[in-house]
Amino acid sequence: MAHFDENARPFSHQWLNERLAIDTLKRVLSTEYWIPKNINFLWAMGMVLAATFGLLLVSGIFLLMYYQPNTELAFDSVNYTIMTEVGYGWLWRHIHGVGASVVFLVIYIHMFTGIYYGSYKRGRELIWLSGMLLFVTFSAEAFSGYMLPWGQMSYWAGMVITNLFSGGSLHADALVEWIRGDYVPGQAFLNRFFMLHVLLLPLVIIGLIVLHFGTLRIPHVNNQEGEELDFEKEAALYKEGKIRESKVIPFNPVFLSKDVFVLGIYFIFFFYLVFYHFEFAMDPVNFDPADPLKTPPHIYPEWYFLWSYEILRPFPTDPGLVAFGIAQVIFFLLPFLDKSPNVAPAHKRGLFKYWFWALLIDMIVLTFMGKLPPEGIWSVIGLIAAIFFFVLWIALPIITKKEKKL
Amino acid sequence: MANNKKGRRDFMGMVLGGYTALGGLGALYAMKRTWDPLPSVKAAGFTTLNIDDYKENELVVEKWRGKPVFVLRQSPATIEKLKKEKPEDLKRLIKVGDAHFTICVGLCTHLGCIPAFRPETQDFLCACHGGVYDITAEVTKAPPPRGLDIPPFRIDGKKIVLGEKGPEYEKMLADGITMPV
Repeated sequence: MAHFDENARPFSHQWLNERLAIDTLKRVLSTEYWIPKNINFLWAMGMVLAATFGLLLVSGIFLLMYYQPNTELAFDSVNYTIMTEVGYGWLWRHIHGVGASVVFLVIYIHMFTGIYYGSYKRGRELIWLSGMLLFVTFSAEAFSGYMLPWGQMSYWAGMVITNLFSGGSLHADALVEWIRGDYVPGQAFLNRFFMLHVLLLPLVIIGLIVLHFGTLRIPHVNNQEGEELDFEKEAALYKEGKIRESKVIPFNPVFLSKDVFVLGIYFIFFFYLVFYHFEFAMDPVNFDPADPLKTPPHIYPEWYFLWSYEILRPFPTDPGLVAFGIAQVIFFLLPFLDKSPNVAPAHKRGLFKYWFWALLIDMIVLTFMGKLPPEGIWSVIGLIAAIFFFVLWIALPIITKKEKKL
Repeated sequence: MANNKKGRRDFMGMVLGGYTALGGLGALYAMKRTWDPLPSVKAAGFTTLNIDDYKENELVVEKWRGKPVFVLRQSPATIEKLKKEKPEDLKRLIKVGDAHFTICVGLCTHLGCIPAFRPETQDFLCACHGGVYDITAEVTKAPPPRGLDIPPFRIDGKKIVLGEKGPEYEKMLADGITMPV
Protein backbone atom coordinates (compact mmCIF):
# COMPACT_ATOMS: atom_id res chain seq x y z
CA MET A 1 0.00 0.00 0.00
CA ALA A 2 1.30 3.33 -0.99
CA HIS A 3 2.15 5.66 1.82
CA PHE A 4 0.72 9.16 1.81
CA ASP A 5 2.10 11.48 4.46
CA GLU A 6 -0.83 13.47 5.85
CA ASN A 7 1.47 16.36 6.70
CA ALA A 8 2.87 16.75 3.17
CA ARG A 9 2.10 20.19 1.71
CA PRO A 10 0.01 19.94 -1.52
CA PHE A 11 2.23 20.13 -4.61
CA SER A 12 5.38 19.95 -2.51
CA HIS A 13 8.17 17.67 -3.73
CA GLN A 14 7.23 14.93 -1.25
CA TRP A 15 3.52 15.22 -2.09
CA LEU A 16 4.19 14.89 -5.84
CA ASN A 17 6.68 12.08 -5.28
CA GLU A 18 4.13 10.03 -3.35
CA ARG A 19 1.59 10.45 -6.15
CA LEU A 20 3.67 10.56 -9.35
CA ALA A 21 7.07 9.12 -8.40
CA ILE A 22 8.70 12.16 -9.99
CA ASP A 23 12.15 11.29 -8.66
CA THR A 24 12.04 7.84 -10.25
CA LEU A 25 10.70 9.23 -13.53
CA LYS A 26 13.40 11.88 -13.65
CA ARG A 27 16.10 9.32 -12.92
CA VAL A 28 14.93 6.75 -15.46
CA LEU A 29 14.13 9.20 -18.25
CA SER A 30 16.80 11.81 -17.85
CA THR A 31 19.50 12.01 -15.16
CA GLU A 32 20.34 8.28 -15.26
CA TYR A 33 19.56 7.62 -18.89
CA TRP A 34 23.12 7.02 -20.05
CA ILE A 35 24.47 8.14 -23.42
CA PRO A 36 27.88 6.97 -24.71
CA LYS A 37 30.53 9.65 -25.01
CA ASN A 38 31.89 8.27 -28.25
CA ILE A 39 29.33 9.81 -30.60
CA ASN A 40 29.27 12.81 -32.93
CA PHE A 41 26.86 15.54 -34.01
CA LEU A 42 24.91 13.05 -36.15
CA TRP A 43 23.49 11.66 -32.91
CA ALA A 44 21.68 14.97 -32.38
CA MET A 45 19.41 14.43 -35.42
CA GLY A 46 16.69 12.80 -33.31
CA MET A 47 16.35 15.94 -31.22
CA VAL A 48 16.56 18.08 -34.37
CA LEU A 49 13.63 16.09 -35.77
CA ALA A 50 11.61 16.45 -32.56
CA ALA A 51 12.20 20.21 -32.63
CA THR A 52 11.24 20.46 -36.31
CA PHE A 53 8.05 18.51 -35.62
CA GLY A 54 7.35 21.03 -32.83
CA LEU A 55 7.79 23.90 -35.30
CA LEU A 56 5.47 22.19 -37.79
CA LEU A 57 2.87 21.66 -35.09
CA VAL A 58 2.92 25.27 -33.87
CA SER A 59 2.94 26.81 -37.36
CA GLY A 60 0.20 24.37 -38.38
CA ILE A 61 -2.03 25.46 -35.51
CA PHE A 62 -1.82 29.08 -36.67
CA LEU A 63 -2.42 28.20 -40.34
CA LEU A 64 -5.47 26.19 -39.29
CA MET A 65 -7.16 29.31 -37.98
CA TYR A 66 -7.58 30.84 -41.47
CA TYR A 67 -7.35 27.87 -43.85
CA GLN A 68 -10.63 26.87 -45.57
CA PRO A 69 -10.94 23.20 -46.61
CA ASN A 70 -13.21 23.99 -49.55
CA THR A 71 -12.35 23.57 -53.24
CA GLU A 72 -13.68 27.07 -54.01
CA LEU A 73 -11.96 28.83 -51.11
CA ALA A 74 -8.85 26.84 -50.23
CA PHE A 75 -6.51 28.40 -52.78
CA ASP A 76 -7.39 31.98 -51.84
CA SER A 77 -7.45 31.27 -48.12
CA VAL A 78 -3.79 30.25 -48.39
CA ASN A 79 -2.46 32.54 -51.11
CA TYR A 80 -4.52 35.61 -50.35
CA THR A 81 -5.83 35.55 -46.78
CA ILE A 82 -2.92 33.90 -44.99
CA MET A 83 -0.19 35.37 -47.17
CA THR A 84 -1.37 38.96 -47.44
CA GLU A 85 -4.00 39.69 -44.81
CA VAL A 86 -3.19 37.72 -41.68
CA GLY A 87 -0.52 39.40 -39.57
CA TYR A 88 2.62 37.27 -39.90
CA GLY A 89 0.57 34.64 -41.76
CA TRP A 90 3.45 34.38 -44.24
CA LEU A 91 5.77 33.43 -41.37
CA TRP A 92 3.66 30.40 -40.37
CA ARG A 93 3.31 29.32 -43.97
CA HIS A 94 6.99 29.59 -44.70
CA ILE A 95 7.92 27.77 -41.48
CA HIS A 96 5.41 25.06 -42.37
CA GLY A 97 6.57 24.71 -45.98
CA VAL A 98 10.31 24.85 -45.20
CA GLY A 99 9.81 22.59 -42.16
CA ALA A 100 8.02 19.95 -44.23
CA SER A 101 10.92 19.85 -46.67
CA VAL A 102 13.76 20.07 -44.17
CA VAL A 103 12.22 17.45 -41.88
CA PHE A 104 12.74 14.91 -44.68
CA LEU A 105 16.34 16.00 -45.22
CA VAL A 106 17.01 15.38 -41.52
CA ILE A 107 15.06 12.09 -41.58
CA TYR A 108 17.28 10.87 -44.42
CA ILE A 109 20.44 11.95 -42.56
CA HIS A 110 19.10 10.22 -39.43
CA MET A 111 18.37 7.02 -41.42
CA PHE A 112 21.69 6.91 -43.21
CA THR A 113 23.51 7.58 -39.92
CA GLY A 114 21.73 4.53 -38.51
CA ILE A 115 22.65 2.46 -41.57
CA TYR A 116 26.29 3.56 -41.50
CA TYR A 117 26.85 2.76 -37.82
CA GLY A 118 24.73 -0.41 -37.75
CA SER A 119 22.23 1.08 -35.31
CA TYR A 120 19.45 -1.21 -36.55
CA LYS A 121 21.22 -4.42 -35.60
CA ARG A 122 20.82 -6.94 -32.78
CA GLY A 123 18.86 -5.41 -29.90
CA ARG A 124 17.99 -2.27 -31.87
CA GLU A 125 15.65 -3.76 -34.51
CA LEU A 126 12.56 -2.17 -32.97
CA ILE A 127 14.18 1.26 -33.03
CA TRP A 128 14.65 0.86 -36.78
CA LEU A 129 11.13 -0.50 -37.35
CA SER A 130 9.38 2.19 -35.32
CA GLY A 131 11.52 4.77 -37.12
CA MET A 132 10.43 3.38 -40.49
CA LEU A 133 6.79 3.57 -39.38
CA LEU A 134 7.45 7.22 -38.56
CA PHE A 135 8.96 7.74 -42.01
CA VAL A 136 5.89 6.24 -43.71
CA THR A 137 3.49 8.27 -41.57
CA PHE A 138 5.47 11.46 -42.19
CA SER A 139 5.25 10.70 -45.92
CA ALA A 140 1.47 10.39 -45.69
CA GLU A 141 1.37 13.59 -43.62
CA ALA A 142 3.46 15.44 -46.22
CA PHE A 143 1.30 14.18 -49.08
CA SER A 144 -2.01 15.04 -47.41
CA GLY A 145 -0.69 18.49 -46.51
CA TYR A 146 0.41 19.06 -50.10
CA MET A 147 -3.24 18.68 -51.21
CA LEU A 148 -4.49 21.51 -49.04
CA PRO A 149 -3.53 24.68 -51.00
CA TRP A 150 -5.52 23.15 -53.91
CA GLY A 151 -3.14 24.37 -56.59
CA GLN A 152 -2.30 22.59 -59.83
CA MET A 153 0.40 20.40 -58.26
CA SER A 154 -1.89 19.58 -55.31
CA TYR A 155 -4.65 18.44 -57.63
CA TRP A 156 -2.52 16.44 -60.05
CA ALA A 157 -0.36 14.86 -57.38
CA GLY A 158 -3.63 13.81 -55.72
CA MET A 159 -4.85 12.37 -59.00
CA VAL A 160 -1.66 10.42 -59.72
CA ILE A 161 -1.04 9.11 -56.21
CA THR A 162 -4.64 7.97 -55.65
CA ASN A 163 -4.52 6.25 -59.05
CA LEU A 164 -1.66 4.09 -57.74
CA PHE A 165 -4.32 2.30 -55.68
CA SER A 166 -6.02 0.99 -58.82
CA GLY A 167 -3.19 -1.56 -58.81
CA GLY A 168 -2.42 -1.35 -62.54
CA SER A 169 -4.08 -4.26 -64.34
CA LEU A 170 -6.21 -5.04 -61.30
CA HIS A 171 -8.33 -2.00 -62.30
CA ALA A 172 -9.53 -1.42 -58.77
CA ASP A 173 -11.22 1.79 -59.93
CA ALA A 174 -13.91 1.38 -57.28
CA LEU A 175 -11.19 1.49 -54.60
CA VAL A 176 -9.75 4.68 -56.09
CA GLU A 177 -13.20 6.28 -56.20
CA TRP A 178 -13.78 5.17 -52.61
CA ILE A 179 -10.53 6.79 -51.47
CA ARG A 180 -11.46 10.01 -53.29
CA GLY A 181 -15.16 9.95 -52.50
CA ASP A 182 -15.67 11.04 -56.12
CA TYR A 183 -14.67 10.10 -59.66
CA VAL A 184 -11.94 12.73 -59.51
CA PRO A 185 -10.40 14.63 -56.59
CA GLY A 186 -13.06 17.08 -55.40
CA GLN A 187 -14.67 18.44 -52.25
CA ALA A 188 -14.97 15.06 -50.51
CA PHE A 189 -11.32 14.36 -51.29
CA LEU A 190 -10.08 17.72 -50.00
CA ASN A 191 -12.10 17.39 -46.79
CA ARG A 192 -10.90 13.91 -45.92
CA PHE A 193 -7.26 14.70 -46.62
CA PHE A 194 -7.65 17.82 -44.49
CA MET A 195 -8.93 15.62 -41.64
CA LEU A 196 -6.03 13.19 -42.09
CA HIS A 197 -3.50 16.01 -42.18
CA VAL A 198 -4.62 17.94 -39.12
CA LEU A 199 -5.93 15.19 -36.87
CA LEU A 200 -5.52 11.48 -37.53
CA LEU A 201 -1.97 11.41 -38.90
CA PRO A 202 -0.52 13.85 -36.31
CA LEU A 203 -2.05 11.67 -33.56
CA VAL A 204 -0.41 8.60 -35.07
CA ILE A 205 2.90 10.46 -35.40
CA ILE A 206 2.87 11.54 -31.75
CA GLY A 207 2.11 7.97 -30.67
CA LEU A 208 4.91 6.62 -32.85
CA ILE A 209 7.39 9.17 -31.48
CA VAL A 210 6.64 7.91 -27.97
CA LEU A 211 7.10 4.32 -29.19
CA HIS A 212 10.36 5.27 -30.96
CA PHE A 213 11.76 6.77 -27.74
CA GLY A 214 10.54 3.72 -25.82
CA THR A 215 12.34 1.28 -28.12
CA LEU A 216 15.55 3.23 -27.55
CA ARG A 217 15.53 3.19 -23.75
CA ILE A 218 16.66 -0.40 -23.10
CA PRO A 219 19.20 -0.99 -25.92
CA HIS A 220 20.52 2.60 -25.49
CA VAL A 221 21.95 4.59 -28.37
CA ASN A 222 24.73 3.09 -30.44
CA ASN A 223 28.19 4.68 -30.63
CA GLN A 224 30.80 5.45 -33.29
CA GLU A 225 32.58 2.10 -32.92
CA GLY A 226 29.48 -0.06 -32.35
CA GLU A 227 31.05 -0.98 -29.00
CA GLU A 228 28.79 -2.94 -26.65
CA LEU A 229 28.99 -0.97 -23.41
CA ASP A 230 28.30 -2.29 -19.93
CA PHE A 231 26.06 0.62 -19.04
CA GLU A 232 25.76 -0.34 -15.37
CA LYS A 233 29.51 -0.44 -14.90
CA GLU A 234 30.11 2.80 -16.81
CA ALA A 235 27.25 4.50 -14.96
CA ALA A 236 28.72 3.43 -11.62
CA LEU A 237 32.07 4.96 -12.60
CA TYR A 238 30.34 8.21 -13.53
CA LYS A 239 28.40 8.32 -10.29
CA GLU A 240 31.58 7.68 -8.29
CA GLY A 241 32.89 10.91 -9.77
CA LYS A 242 35.22 9.20 -12.28
CA ILE A 243 33.68 11.22 -15.08
CA ARG A 244 36.82 11.11 -17.20
CA GLU A 245 37.20 7.31 -17.00
CA SER A 246 33.51 6.54 -17.60
CA LYS A 247 32.44 5.99 -21.20
CA VAL A 248 29.00 7.45 -20.62
CA ILE A 249 27.30 10.71 -19.69
CA PRO A 250 23.76 11.30 -18.43
CA PHE A 251 21.17 12.38 -21.00
CA ASN A 252 20.19 15.34 -18.87
CA PRO A 253 21.79 17.80 -18.43
CA VAL A 254 25.10 16.75 -20.04
CA PHE A 255 24.10 15.23 -23.38
CA LEU A 256 21.11 17.53 -23.77
CA SER A 257 23.39 20.56 -23.58
CA LYS A 258 25.24 19.21 -26.65
CA ASP A 259 21.92 18.58 -28.39
CA VAL A 260 20.87 22.14 -27.65
CA PHE A 261 24.11 23.41 -29.17
CA VAL A 262 23.46 21.47 -32.40
CA LEU A 263 19.87 22.72 -32.34
CA GLY A 264 21.18 26.27 -32.10
CA ILE A 265 23.27 25.83 -35.26
CA TYR A 266 20.38 24.05 -36.99
CA PHE A 267 17.92 26.83 -36.26
CA ILE A 268 20.26 29.39 -37.84
CA PHE A 269 20.17 27.30 -41.03
CA PHE A 270 16.42 26.66 -40.71
CA PHE A 271 15.40 30.29 -40.24
CA TYR A 272 17.81 31.42 -42.93
CA LEU A 273 15.75 29.25 -45.27
CA VAL A 274 12.45 30.48 -43.81
CA PHE A 275 13.34 34.14 -44.27
CA TYR A 276 15.54 34.16 -47.37
CA HIS A 277 15.11 30.92 -49.32
CA PHE A 278 11.59 29.66 -48.65
CA GLU A 279 10.92 29.49 -52.41
CA PHE A 280 12.70 26.12 -52.72
CA ALA A 281 9.80 24.61 -50.76
CA MET A 282 7.12 26.40 -52.82
CA ASP A 283 6.66 24.95 -56.28
CA PRO A 284 5.71 27.76 -58.70
CA VAL A 285 3.21 25.47 -60.48
CA ASN A 286 1.22 25.23 -57.26
CA PHE A 287 0.55 28.97 -57.42
CA ASP A 288 -1.96 28.21 -60.22
CA PRO A 289 -5.36 27.17 -58.86
CA ALA A 290 -6.34 23.51 -59.43
CA ASP A 291 -7.71 22.91 -62.93
CA PRO A 292 -9.17 19.42 -63.55
CA LEU A 293 -9.01 19.96 -67.33
CA LYS A 294 -5.33 20.84 -67.62
CA THR A 295 -2.37 18.75 -66.48
CA PRO A 296 0.79 20.78 -65.90
CA PRO A 297 3.34 19.88 -68.61
CA HIS A 298 5.66 18.23 -66.13
CA ILE A 299 4.52 16.62 -62.89
CA TYR A 300 7.01 15.67 -60.21
CA PRO A 301 6.69 15.21 -56.46
CA GLU A 302 8.60 17.16 -53.83
CA TRP A 303 12.30 16.29 -53.80
CA TYR A 304 12.05 13.82 -50.92
CA PHE A 305 9.77 11.47 -52.90
CA LEU A 306 11.72 11.68 -56.15
CA TRP A 307 13.85 8.57 -55.63
CA SER A 308 10.85 6.28 -55.19
CA TYR A 309 8.97 8.07 -57.98
CA GLU A 310 11.89 7.36 -60.30
CA ILE A 311 11.65 3.66 -59.39
CA LEU A 312 8.01 3.73 -60.58
CA ARG A 313 8.58 5.67 -63.76
CA PRO A 314 10.90 3.75 -66.12
CA PHE A 315 8.93 0.46 -65.99
CA PRO A 316 5.61 -0.48 -67.64
CA THR A 317 2.61 -0.03 -65.30
CA ASP A 318 2.47 -3.36 -63.47
CA PRO A 319 6.19 -4.03 -62.93
CA GLY A 320 6.51 -0.32 -62.09
CA LEU A 321 3.87 -0.57 -59.36
CA VAL A 322 5.43 -3.74 -57.96
CA ALA A 323 8.89 -2.10 -57.96
CA PHE A 324 7.46 1.01 -56.31
CA GLY A 325 5.66 -1.10 -53.68
CA ILE A 326 8.83 -3.03 -52.86
CA ALA A 327 10.90 0.16 -52.68
CA GLN A 328 8.45 1.55 -50.12
CA VAL A 329 8.86 -1.37 -47.72
CA ILE A 330 12.35 -2.73 -48.42
CA PHE A 331 13.97 -0.50 -45.79
CA PHE A 332 11.79 -2.15 -43.14
CA LEU A 333 13.63 -5.40 -43.85
CA LEU A 334 17.12 -3.97 -43.35
CA PRO A 335 17.70 -5.53 -39.88
CA PHE A 336 16.80 -8.95 -41.28
CA LEU A 337 18.57 -8.73 -44.64
CA ASP A 338 21.85 -7.71 -43.01
CA LYS A 339 23.12 -11.14 -41.97
CA SER A 340 26.40 -9.98 -40.44
CA PRO A 341 26.82 -10.38 -36.67
CA ASN A 342 28.97 -7.23 -36.52
CA VAL A 343 27.65 -4.05 -34.99
CA ALA A 344 30.25 -1.72 -36.43
CA PRO A 345 30.57 1.37 -38.60
CA ALA A 346 30.49 0.67 -42.35
CA HIS A 347 34.19 1.49 -42.85
CA LYS A 348 35.13 -1.52 -40.71
CA ARG A 349 32.78 -3.91 -42.47
CA GLY A 350 34.49 -4.74 -45.78
CA LEU A 351 32.06 -4.93 -48.69
CA PHE A 352 29.28 -3.35 -46.67
CA LYS A 353 31.19 -0.06 -46.86
CA TYR A 354 30.84 -0.06 -50.66
CA TRP A 355 27.23 -1.20 -50.37
CA PHE A 356 26.44 1.78 -48.13
CA TRP A 357 27.99 4.38 -50.41
CA ALA A 358 26.52 2.71 -53.53
CA LEU A 359 23.03 2.87 -52.01
CA LEU A 360 23.44 6.51 -51.02
CA ILE A 361 24.77 7.54 -54.44
CA ASP A 362 22.12 5.48 -56.27
CA MET A 363 19.36 7.20 -54.31
CA ILE A 364 20.84 10.61 -55.10
CA VAL A 365 21.00 9.69 -58.81
CA LEU A 366 17.38 8.47 -58.67
CA THR A 367 16.41 11.76 -57.02
CA PHE A 368 17.98 13.84 -59.81
CA MET A 369 16.53 11.65 -62.58
CA GLY A 370 13.07 11.88 -60.97
CA LYS A 371 13.17 15.64 -61.44
CA LEU A 372 14.28 15.56 -65.08
CA PRO A 373 11.79 14.93 -67.91
CA PRO A 374 11.49 11.20 -68.79
CA GLU A 375 13.18 11.52 -72.16
CA GLY A 376 16.22 10.13 -73.96
CA ILE A 377 19.34 9.60 -71.89
CA TRP A 378 17.59 10.55 -68.63
CA SER A 379 15.13 7.67 -69.09
CA VAL A 380 18.05 5.26 -69.58
CA ILE A 381 20.01 6.48 -66.57
CA GLY A 382 16.82 6.36 -64.47
CA LEU A 383 16.12 2.78 -65.54
CA ILE A 384 19.68 1.66 -64.76
CA ALA A 385 19.62 3.37 -61.36
CA ALA A 386 16.24 1.79 -60.54
CA ILE A 387 17.47 -1.70 -61.46
CA PHE A 388 20.71 -1.08 -59.52
CA PHE A 389 18.62 -0.23 -56.44
CA PHE A 390 17.14 -3.73 -56.48
CA VAL A 391 20.47 -5.36 -57.28
CA LEU A 392 21.87 -3.73 -54.14
CA TRP A 393 19.10 -5.09 -51.94
CA ILE A 394 19.44 -8.57 -53.42
CA ALA A 395 23.20 -8.39 -52.83
CA LEU A 396 22.88 -7.28 -49.20
CA PRO A 397 22.26 -10.70 -47.54
CA ILE A 398 24.98 -12.26 -49.68
CA ILE A 399 27.75 -9.77 -48.95
CA THR A 400 26.88 -9.49 -45.25
CA LYS A 401 26.83 -13.27 -44.83
CA LYS A 402 30.40 -13.41 -46.13
CA GLU A 403 31.53 -10.73 -43.70
CA LYS A 404 34.17 -11.86 -41.21
CA LYS A 405 33.30 -11.56 -37.54
CA LEU A 406 35.23 -8.68 -36.04
CA MET B 1 -14.25 -27.68 -10.03
CA ALA B 2 -11.40 -25.33 -10.84
CA ASN B 3 -11.43 -26.55 -14.46
CA ASN B 4 -15.13 -26.06 -14.61
CA LYS B 5 -14.74 -22.49 -13.44
CA LYS B 6 -12.04 -21.84 -16.01
CA GLY B 7 -14.32 -23.22 -18.70
CA ARG B 8 -17.04 -20.84 -17.65
CA ARG B 9 -14.63 -17.88 -17.73
CA ASP B 10 -13.33 -18.93 -21.14
CA PHE B 11 -16.88 -19.03 -22.41
CA MET B 12 -17.63 -15.58 -21.02
CA GLY B 13 -14.38 -14.33 -22.51
CA MET B 14 -15.36 -15.67 -25.92
CA VAL B 15 -18.85 -14.20 -25.69
CA LEU B 16 -17.39 -10.82 -24.77
CA GLY B 17 -14.78 -11.11 -27.53
CA GLY B 18 -17.36 -12.12 -30.13
CA TYR B 19 -19.72 -9.36 -29.10
CA THR B 20 -16.92 -6.79 -29.28
CA ALA B 21 -15.79 -8.09 -32.68
CA LEU B 22 -19.38 -7.77 -33.95
CA GLY B 23 -19.55 -4.17 -32.78
CA GLY B 24 -16.12 -3.52 -34.28
CA LEU B 25 -17.20 -4.89 -37.66
CA GLY B 26 -20.33 -2.77 -37.55
CA ALA B 27 -18.27 0.32 -36.82
CA LEU B 28 -15.86 -0.52 -39.65
CA TYR B 29 -18.77 -0.92 -42.06
CA ALA B 30 -20.15 2.48 -41.02
CA MET B 31 -16.72 4.02 -41.53
CA LYS B 32 -16.37 2.42 -44.96
CA ARG B 33 -19.79 3.72 -45.99
CA THR B 34 -18.95 7.22 -44.76
CA TRP B 35 -15.99 7.29 -47.15
CA ASP B 36 -18.16 6.17 -50.13
CA PRO B 37 -18.91 8.73 -52.85
CA LEU B 38 -22.17 10.55 -52.04
CA PRO B 39 -25.34 9.69 -54.00
CA SER B 40 -25.31 13.18 -55.48
CA VAL B 41 -21.82 12.55 -56.79
CA LYS B 42 -22.78 9.11 -58.14
CA ALA B 43 -25.80 10.55 -59.93
CA ALA B 44 -23.69 13.26 -61.56
CA GLY B 45 -25.08 13.72 -64.96
CA PHE B 46 -24.62 13.07 -68.60
CA THR B 47 -22.86 15.12 -71.24
CA THR B 48 -24.46 15.56 -74.65
CA LEU B 49 -22.26 16.32 -77.67
CA ASN B 50 -23.65 17.75 -80.92
CA ILE B 51 -21.56 16.43 -83.80
CA ASP B 52 -21.95 19.55 -85.92
CA ASP B 53 -20.00 21.51 -83.29
CA TYR B 54 -16.75 19.75 -84.15
CA LYS B 55 -14.35 20.53 -86.97
CA GLU B 56 -12.07 17.93 -88.51
CA ASN B 57 -8.63 17.51 -86.96
CA GLU B 58 -9.39 19.91 -84.13
CA LEU B 59 -9.22 18.50 -80.62
CA VAL B 60 -11.96 19.69 -78.25
CA VAL B 61 -11.88 18.85 -74.55
CA GLU B 62 -15.28 18.31 -72.98
CA LYS B 63 -16.07 17.46 -69.34
CA TRP B 64 -17.87 14.35 -68.15
CA ARG B 65 -18.10 13.36 -64.47
CA GLY B 66 -15.38 15.88 -63.70
CA LYS B 67 -13.04 14.17 -66.13
CA PRO B 68 -11.78 15.66 -69.40
CA VAL B 69 -13.09 13.92 -72.53
CA PHE B 70 -11.20 14.28 -75.81
CA VAL B 71 -13.39 14.76 -78.88
CA LEU B 72 -11.52 14.61 -82.20
CA ARG B 73 -13.34 14.50 -85.51
CA GLN B 74 -11.14 12.59 -87.91
CA SER B 75 -10.56 13.85 -91.45
CA PRO B 76 -11.18 11.53 -94.46
CA ALA B 77 -7.43 11.64 -95.12
CA THR B 78 -6.71 10.20 -91.68
CA ILE B 79 -9.30 7.48 -92.22
CA GLU B 80 -7.68 6.50 -95.54
CA LYS B 81 -4.27 6.44 -93.90
CA LEU B 82 -5.55 4.27 -91.05
CA LYS B 83 -7.21 1.83 -93.47
CA LYS B 84 -3.82 1.25 -95.05
CA GLU B 85 -1.55 1.32 -92.00
CA LYS B 86 -3.55 0.42 -88.91
CA PRO B 87 -6.94 -1.03 -89.85
CA GLU B 88 -7.49 -2.40 -86.33
CA ASP B 89 -7.48 1.18 -85.00
CA LEU B 90 -10.64 1.93 -87.00
CA LYS B 91 -12.62 -0.11 -84.45
CA ARG B 92 -11.84 2.58 -81.85
CA LEU B 93 -13.69 5.24 -83.83
CA ILE B 94 -17.31 6.20 -83.22
CA LYS B 95 -19.26 6.57 -86.45
CA VAL B 96 -22.15 9.02 -86.60
CA GLY B 97 -23.52 9.23 -90.14
CA ASP B 98 -20.36 9.51 -92.22
CA ALA B 99 -18.38 11.37 -89.56
CA HIS B 100 -15.75 9.47 -87.58
CA PHE B 101 -14.93 10.49 -84.03
CA THR B 102 -12.28 9.63 -81.52
CA ILE B 103 -13.95 10.15 -78.15
CA CYS B 104 -12.11 9.08 -75.04
CA VAL B 105 -11.49 9.97 -71.42
CA GLY B 106 -8.48 12.26 -71.60
CA LEU B 107 -6.69 10.69 -68.66
CA CYS B 108 -3.59 8.64 -69.23
CA THR B 109 -4.31 4.97 -68.47
CA HIS B 110 -1.03 4.85 -66.58
CA LEU B 111 -1.68 7.22 -63.69
CA GLY B 112 -4.26 9.70 -64.87
CA CYS B 113 -2.41 12.75 -66.20
CA ILE B 114 -3.90 14.52 -69.22
CA PRO B 115 -1.95 13.70 -72.39
CA ALA B 116 -1.35 16.63 -74.75
CA PHE B 117 -2.39 16.50 -78.43
CA ARG B 118 0.48 17.21 -80.82
CA PRO B 119 -1.02 18.25 -84.19
CA GLU B 120 2.37 18.20 -85.95
CA THR B 121 3.01 14.50 -85.14
CA GLN B 122 -0.70 13.56 -84.97
CA ASP B 123 -0.38 11.87 -81.59
CA PHE B 124 -0.87 12.37 -77.85
CA LEU B 125 2.07 12.66 -75.43
CA CYS B 126 1.69 12.23 -71.67
CA ALA B 127 4.34 14.41 -70.07
CA CYS B 128 4.18 12.69 -66.68
CA HIS B 129 5.89 9.45 -67.62
CA GLY B 130 6.43 9.78 -71.36
CA GLY B 131 3.56 7.60 -72.68
CA VAL B 132 2.52 8.16 -76.33
CA TYR B 133 -0.83 7.47 -78.02
CA ASP B 134 -1.61 7.57 -81.76
CA ILE B 135 -4.32 9.62 -83.45
CA THR B 136 -7.08 7.21 -82.29
CA ALA B 137 -5.64 7.31 -78.75
CA GLU B 138 -4.31 3.75 -78.97
CA VAL B 139 -1.10 3.41 -76.98
CA THR B 140 2.16 3.27 -78.93
CA LYS B 141 4.76 3.77 -76.18
CA ALA B 142 4.77 2.44 -72.58
CA PRO B 143 4.26 2.89 -69.64
CA PRO B 144 0.48 3.18 -70.33
CA PRO B 145 -0.96 -0.36 -70.43
CA ARG B 146 -3.70 0.38 -73.01
CA GLY B 147 -5.22 3.08 -75.17
CA LEU B 148 -7.32 5.84 -73.63
CA ASP B 149 -10.65 4.53 -72.34
CA ILE B 150 -13.82 5.28 -74.30
CA PRO B 151 -16.63 6.53 -72.04
CA PRO B 152 -20.09 4.91 -72.21
CA PHE B 153 -22.00 6.57 -75.07
CA ARG B 154 -25.25 6.34 -76.97
CA ILE B 155 -25.77 7.74 -80.46
CA ASP B 156 -28.98 9.70 -80.78
CA GLY B 157 -29.35 11.07 -84.32
CA LYS B 158 -26.70 13.78 -84.59
CA LYS B 159 -26.04 13.71 -80.89
CA ILE B 160 -23.79 11.58 -78.70
CA VAL B 161 -24.83 11.16 -75.06
CA LEU B 162 -21.95 10.33 -72.72
CA GLY B 163 -22.85 8.27 -69.65
CA GLU B 164 -25.56 6.19 -71.36
CA LYS B 165 -24.74 2.80 -72.86
CA GLY B 166 -25.85 2.34 -76.48
CA PRO B 167 -25.47 -0.81 -78.63
CA GLU B 168 -22.30 0.54 -80.32
CA TYR B 169 -20.65 0.98 -76.92
CA GLU B 170 -21.74 -2.46 -75.72
CA LYS B 171 -20.18 -3.95 -78.87
CA MET B 172 -16.89 -2.14 -78.17
CA LEU B 173 -16.89 -3.53 -74.63
CA ALA B 174 -17.65 -7.04 -75.89
CA ASP B 175 -14.84 -6.79 -78.47
CA GLY B 176 -12.39 -5.63 -75.82
CA ILE B 177 -11.78 -2.29 -77.56
CA THR B 178 -12.17 -0.42 -74.26
CA MET B 179 -12.62 -0.98 -70.53
CA PRO B 180 -15.65 0.08 -68.50
CA VAL B 181 -15.04 3.49 -66.88
